[in-house]
Amino acid sequence: MKSGRIKPVLLAFLLAITLPALANEAAPKTALPNAEDPVIEQRLINLAEDLRCLVCQNESLAGSKAELAEDLRREIREQMKAGKDDREVIAYLTERYGDFVLYRPPFKPVTYLLWLGPLLFLGIGGGAWVVTLRRRRAVQDIPVDEKKLAAAAQLLEEK
Amino acid sequence: MKRWLPFVLFIVLVGFFAKGLFLNPREVPSPFIGRAAPAFTLPLVGDANASFSPADMKGRVWILNIWAPWCVSCRQEHGFLMQLTQSGRIPIVGLNWKDKAREAEALLARTGSPYVAVPEDLDGRVGIDYGVTGTPETFIIDQAGIVRLKHIGPIGPDVWQTKFEPKLKELGA
Repeated sequence: MKSGRIKPVLLAFLLAITLPALANEAAPKTALPNAEDPVIEQRLINLAEDLRCLVCQNESLAGSKAELAEDLRREIREQMKAGKDDREVIAYLTERYGDFVLYRPPFKPVTYLLWLGPLLFLGIGGGAWVVTLRRRRAVQDIPVDEKKLAAAAQLLEEK
Repeated sequence: MKRWLPFVLFIVLVGFFAKGLFLNPREVPSPFIGRAAPAFTLPLVGDANASFSPADMKGRVWILNIWAPWCVSCRQEHGFLMQLTQSGRIPIVGLNWKDKAREAEALLARTGSPYVAVPEDLDGRVGIDYGVTGTPETFIIDQAGIVRLKHIGPIGPDVWQTKFEPKLKELGA
């Protein structure tokens, strides 16, 4: 049972390479520690998850340890404390950094293609599908020579 | 002809990918172009009693260079900025961004200052108002205080000739 011995080793190896990633995922978000006001902190995290950190562009503003991200979280925190709602905070950020900070781009003329593109491609694909089906049916509808059909029937009956 | 269609589509796709591969993700489109430069008043490095505000530059085309003593690529462009100032081409204001160690004064004394004024943005708030993501970033601001150009990264002779000079000529500076 050689293979039975290898499996635990393999399993250990797989765990070793995947667990750190999972641990990282479960680690508290950077925005959480030193929270004075848990309610605002929670709002901050919810909001910042959907915002891009502009230094490490594939990280969210909530999870980034970049200094600029910390500063921006500080700004957001202060604005929330001052009673601004999420919309106003987002307006504050897009005014300075553009729509690029938003992981969910707004629906407006420049982003029409982005949002409607998938529908467009679905339409193109669907159209191609319908056309192909129609053509195939047209091929099947070729008139059959009656005499040949009778001959074939006869041949089959002879068997 | 029809047989070639998938191949043509493939080439088009490759074209898009190739373009995407060579885009610089740091070049975030700035929402400031054509808008008024955000106002601020900050103390000057080396003279906390004096202050600088963009309104002081009204009527002139000027350059706002956001830099920091801890920033390596700022040192890279320092020599070129010195040349610019020596040639008297245009006034450059150097916003000292997040210089928590307060090194700017000593550094500029040692290397020379290309700036007409060095306002100090210690906590980085003015930088955020200008949408700064990292130093150096450079803006051209026109006579009416409108931002006309933003450049991310160090400036050298090439960038200056291809990006800044045409814009300055357009603005009559």
